[in-house]
Amino acid sequence: MDIRPDCPAIEVHNLTASYNRKPVLWDVDFALPQGKLVGIVGPNGSGKTTLLRNMMGLMKPDSGYVNLFGKSLDEVREKVSYVPQRETVDWDFPASVMDVVEMGRYRKGNLFKRLSKQDKILCTEALEKVGLLDLAKRQISQLSGGQQQRVFLARSLAQQADLYLMDEPFVGVDAATEESILALLTQMKSEGKTVVIVHHDLQTAYEYFDWIVLLNTRLVASGEKEKVFTPQLLQEAYGGRLTVLSRIGDLMAKQDFPLREKEFKEAKGTGDGKTY
Amino acid sequence: MAALYIILTASVIAISCGLLGSFLILRKMALVGDAISHAVLPGIVLAFLISGSRDNIPMLIGAAVLGVITTLIIEMLQKKAGMQEDASIGITFTWLFALGVILITSYTGQVDLDQECVLYGEIAYVPLDTFNLSNGLSLGPRALWISGSVLLLIIAFILKGYKGLVLTTFNKDYAASIGISTAFWQLAFMSLVSLTTVVSFESVGAILVVALLVAPPAAAYLLSQNLKKMLWLSTLFGILTAVGGYYLALVLDGSIAGAMATFAGVLFAGAWGWSKLTSKHSGTIPVTDKKNISTFF
Repeated sequence: MDIRPDCPAIEVHNLTASYNRKPVLWDVDFALPQGKLVGIVGPNGSGKTTLLRNMMGLMKPDSGYVNLFGKSLDEVREKVSYVPQRETVDWDFPASVMDVVEMGRYRKGNLFKRLSKQDKILCTEALEKVGLLDLAKRQISQLSGGQQQRVFLARSLAQQADLYLMDEPFVGVDAATEESILALLTQMKSEGKTVVIVHHDLQTAYEYFDWIVLLNTRLVASGEKEKVFTPQLLQEAYGGRLTVLSRIGDLMAKQDFPLREKEFKEAKGTGDGKTY
Repeated sequence: MAALYIILTASVIAISCGLLGSFLILRKMALVGDAISHAVLPGIVLAFLISGSRDNIPMLIGAAVLGVITTLIIEMLQKKAGMQEDASIGITFTWLFALGVILITSYTGQVDLDQECVLYGEIAYVPLDTFNLSNGLSLGPRALWISGSVLLLIIAFILKGYKGLVLTTFNKDYAASIGISTAFWQLAFMSLVSLTTVVSFESVGAILVVALLVAPPAAAYLLSQNLKKMLWLSTLFGILTAVGGYYLALVLDGSIAGAMATFAGVLFAGAWGWSKLTSKHSGTIPVTDKKNISTFF
């Protein structure tokens, strides 16, 4: 399954990438539509983050290339925003929330200059959107995980990009943050932005995204979620994890998929530790 | 006058080390500073052997080049050979330092460039080597002039490159994602660390310069919520180390460099104690919620 959109935001062409000669991505080839929320989903070690890093030019692929808006990354860099995994930076760094968000306005061209008034306004607006304006002066080490993630999102918003690539923004955040991130994403979509998110949770993926890329070193599927979420394709992506698959299969058979996240949590809330 | 010159030179070096050391610590590279301070030795000796003089300029260049090579070797061992960072550092600097020691002992025997001097430095001699005009007028110690120039260079670099330096320190991947060359900043920064280190050779020596690179900024780190404050505190602690160390040496009638490094350690302990005391009152403990949403699979 590989559905090709017109006017793609991202085209990945025959991408193969490896760490220490061990291939992590093998001949991956797909295209993503503009103005959609796109989820890149797959089991652990399936190359999701590697794919994102290749899109962002952060590692050199063995072969293949990525085009953004039909151009090379360098030509459209200012229209693209990258949100790394929260754990990749040291949150004990002596910087305030505003300091980090202002990095969203850094450009190659203004690196040796002061930020303009306009830049500062954009940063304030971005902080307001994620609901952290009150904490603008707080040191980042004093934030909760969810707040840290929102700082990253605010920095990304301040970039004023058209395409956003986010690596696991839902990991380790509280329910409130999760909801506010989702609201933000929906708003961004309504403004015509394209958001691509690496996501490890199959359960919520169906709920969050319009378009899903199923990845397991090779491309398993890329297309509208309704077409991608079939037992066959999920089986292909998740291979041996039969318990997962039978559960998903059951759900689909009963046509109660997607299971609402909230109901799911309530059901789980009994805390009996049973596996589902 | 001699005392003033010694304290002034030591302060200037301590400030340089403190400013750069702040970024070294934040880049988790404190030990790379350590490595560079040792690994520049063969560079100095080679520069001496090639130029045939104890002129400072060739030595500075030789040291700076070796310093950059050190960082490159460490990076290469990590990336190409798959070594851990600490092991890469350990291999690189001991090997280069040993090479320098061999070069000194076998080729420069009759010249005043011995390991004692390189290892421990002798700041007490700083006022003796003055910078003179052609009519014999003394302008003060040569070491003060050179370390002063390096300090100005460092301040200019930090002021002008503050954003780039902070961005590549805090979030390298993000910096690369907006098209900023992290390699350039790394190289520029490490060249300055090498330069500073070799300037410090004459005064505090190869081993104790590490104390100036790490202890004052580490103390400042414990007491700072933002980077600017950390840089100012590093500067202050650097000066305190120079002054305090000098008088400690005077009282104990011992090595000035040793006393300064000791004083730096005491300062750090004080900062640590202070940070413990104050954090009790302010009660701002970082909140972490590592709640895992997806226990489903």
